[in-house]
Amino acid sequence: MREITLSQAVNEALAEEMRRDSSVFIIGEDVAEAGTPFKVLSGLVEEFGTERVIDTPIAEPGFMGIAVGAAMTGMRPVVDLMFGDFLYLVMDQLCNQAAKTHYMSGGKLNVPLVLRTNLGATRRSAAQHSQSLHALVAHIPGLKVALPSSAYEAKGMLKSAIRDDNPVVIFEDKLMYQDKAAVPEEEFLISLGKAKVLREGTDITLVGTSSMVQECQKAADILAAEDSAYAEVIDPRTIVPFDDATILKSAKKTSRVIVVDEGHQSFGVTAEIASRINEQAFYHLDAPVLRMGAMDVPVPFSPALEDLTVPTPDGIVRNARRLLSGEMIHAA
Amino acid sequence: MGRANLKSNVADYLRMYRQMVRIRTFEDNANQLYLSAKMPGLTHMYSGEEAVAVGICDALRVTDRITSTHRGHGHCVAKGAAFREMFCELLGKEEGYCRGKGGSMHIADQSNGNLGANAIVGGSMGIATGSALSARMQGKDDVTVCFFGDGATAQGLMYEVMNMAALWKLPVIYACENNGYSEYTKTSEIAAGEIQARAEAFGIEAHQVDGQDVLAVNSLAQRLVDRCRTGEGPFFIELMTYRYHGHHVGDINREYYRTKVEERHWRENRDPIRIFGERLIDEGIATEEELGAISEEIRKDAEAAVEYALSAPYPAGPEVDMHVFTDVAHATA
Repeated sequence: MREITLSQAVNEALAEEMRRDSSVFIIGEDVAEAGTPFKVLSGLVEEFGTERVIDTPIAEPGFMGIAVGAAMTGMRPVVDLMFGDFLYLVMDQLCNQAAKTHYMSGGKLNVPLVLRTNLGATRRSAAQHSQSLHALVAHIPGLKVALPSSAYEAKGMLKSAIRDDNPVVIFEDKLMYQDKAAVPEEEFLISLGKAKVLREGTDITLVGTSSMVQECQKAADILAAEDSAYAEVIDPRTIVPFDDATILKSAKKTSRVIVVDEGHQSFGVTAEIASRINEQAFYHLDAPVLRMGAMDVPVPFSPALEDLTVPTPDGIVRNARRLLSGEMIHAA
Repeated sequence: MGRANLKSNVADYLRMYRQMVRIRTFEDNANQLYLSAKMPGLTHMYSGEEAVAVGICDALRVTDRITSTHRGHGHCVAKGAAFREMFCELLGKEEGYCRGKGGSMHIADQSNGNLGANAIVGGSMGIATGSALSARMQGKDDVTVCFFGDGATAQGLMYEVMNMAALWKLPVIYACENNGYSEYTKTSEIAAGEIQARAEAFGIEAHQVDGQDVLAVNSLAQRLVDRCRTGEGPFFIELMTYRYHGHHVGDINREYYRTKVEERHWRENRDPIRIFGERLIDEGIATEEELGAISEEIRKDAEAAVEYALSAPYPAGPEVDMHVFTDVAHATA
């Protein structure tokens, strides 16, 4: 199968959906001729014109609000939010308006919009361009939240998100835009809410999201090679809706789980997933479920410091060994 | 407007008169429901501002859209909503426009193009502008009116979306209901410069109109709506008006920000329904008895709707996690 980058996958998904449905359009800062700073949208304005690839002023709440209104009245906007860190700027329009409109109207009004943004540290971009803020929006009822971990997921989930009648927030890992993966040429969709088991294992489950899926895979390689321990690696793919069944099945099988996510560890995605496992698989566990998130500090600029803040394969391996050795049980 | 013109539109004037009385009657009943503790929560009265909603909405078609505010009952009635579903919504009943899930501050009536009231001051300005963008992209000549108060002119979102509406020439009319108060504060204390000038800074044509004169409002709205349809938008209107009640129904002791003398002046000399009613009588369009009969008929309609709403059922418990997502029957199941 051919391989394309995550950036190309997003671009293809948008082009295919815009060709299929004239109500789909793109709106955001520098989305047209510039194609965004990451060049993800390059070429789309040439095909679809500035009427459907709409450059806005630097006014995140404004274009977010306009997208909400357009979505309520028959269009399917795909909002481009240049950095995930700018989510704070659009919170009223996203969380008070988009997320609640269907409910507050008793089911009469829909807001079929997609908000594409990104996450991920270690790009030496400091504290306001490096955050992974998906837990913030996952907390708000009414928003779906997708975390593609490869070009394949990015394409299949974006196409599903555009066809979804609910607001969907997609976080792409900005360090992964140039990473290639096998992506079919023919059309495909990935339904939102279905986890993927990337490798089967018997001794421990590693649940990784987005950027952390690769880290879990590397950790699983090390465990297999050095410890003859076989990790099952699972990517939830969406955190709202969340595929409890796939994760619980694995937790019950391996009896040990580490949850790895690049959002801040406290009050975050890892805590939520660990809680769900504890509540529903407690008697199948041989050790506490471990959380590994980003360190609870603003992301520092200095590479020497920044690299300390995110989970690494070595860190995952260390924690896996603690669980496998029984150390955690005695520590408690 | 000349006499001949006035007389040639008898049906229009009586319709507008009726709609203003309907709003006032709705609000009087809503206030009573609050005072008698029959309504959950609280609400914000539109009384005193009727000529604004009616003058503008009478210039709109059913497919034209509006966005509304926390003080939104007037817009909802003027855009065509029915008393029964509105009172049911205010009381949290299943037959309400939003199945009781929105309440006074979130009434939406999609069938009449009302995209909803909004409990965030200025929160619907993006929605209105997006609605206008939709109309343009879909090749329709529908116009969207964004209602908001003078208090909302302090919100940054307004300037972001007016900038884009002006750049893209969107068919949207920003209708600023200037009742002089931002919640519990005189707007003159918190607003620098002139409100119209803020729109003009973006090159948006701005007008100021007496918001107590329904014919003046309607005539201006007709002209601007027509021009919006042919691509001359956006426009900005500042409508000078007054709210008779406090910020909300519980805001009773308000002399620290507004005198009773001022309130009495507006009620006695500037009431939009009385001004228009007297004019209709002076011009021989209707008699006092005929106007009285309209009021009486509406009073009975409202009474019946309130009675109906009071005895209507609440939504059943399992409704609580419905409509969180369009494609999930029960979100927490």
